[in-house]
Amino acid sequence: MEDTVNSFSLFFNYGLPILLLVFAYFIGNMIEKGHFRNIRKREDAVHGFPVVSFDTMPEEWRAGSSTMVTGSIVISLDYFKRVIAGLRGLIGGRIKTYEPLLERARREALLRMTESAKEQGYDAVFNVRLETSRLANARRDGNGTAGVEMLAFGTAVKFAGRIG
Amino acid sequence: MVVNKTYSIAISNTESIPGRKIVEFYGVVTGNTVRAKHVGRDIMAGLKNIVGGELKGYTELLQDSRMEATERMIEQAQSMGANAVVNVRFATSSISQGAAELFAYGTAVRVA
Repeated sequence: MEDTVNSFSLFFNYGLPILLLVFAYFIGNMIEKGHFRNIRKREDAVHGFPVVSFDTMPEEWRAGSSTMVTGSIVISLDYFKRVIAGLRGLIGGRIKTYEPLLERARREALLRMTESAKEQGYDAVFNVRLETSRLANARRDGNGTAGVEMLAFGTAVKFAGRIG
Repeated sequence: MVVNKTYSIAISNTESIPGRKIVEFYGVVTGNTVRAKHVGRDIMAGLKNIVGGELKGYTELLQDSRMEATERMIEQAQSMGANAVVNVRFATSSISQGAAELFAYGTAVRVA
């Protein structure tokens, strides 16, 4: 009886978090790879659509109508990577696990903005700005909601005549 | 989760509306909204936090809130008699644990 109780508490104290770490590692990596594949595919689909960060329109663009377009995403790191990042935070230095997260979030936000402009029939987007905001804090042990929001916005224009 | 939003007046984040001329300035207009997170959504987000990836509930929440802030900014501009808002900027600030303010501001103008 004592033994079963002991092994149960051992499982809940150490077994479960380790199991969760392993689970998060594999599923998290799968989701990340899948997301990158998806981003590349969609980036190919919008290839050639002019999206620029100039604050004035290039001279040869003759603008017809225009509007503002936005794209955003809230994204979070998996449990395994959060724990690694937490440990890394103790010794300092480059936290590699966060880099792909921010990169894919930013590319996704840009893509959503671009797709929104394209779907509404606009020909280009200029004055693109990117903003990052932290939604909530993760605790040091890797628990708690952690989210980063990426926002991309710009001015979409329809061309009145042909370019050039 | 692409948002295709049509605004009731011309709006841009540049200093002018492309292809049009500003004839009158009305000043800065603002719109805000303060949102707290939803318990149900937070539980879902907590689960999603284990494997990582997009927290769709939060993406939607922030998109809706930002739209509302923008709408309020536009309403203010329209009440002043403007027909466009230029140089629109967004800001987010966390007010307390679990609540955030979304804020949109710009310059109300009349374009011809």
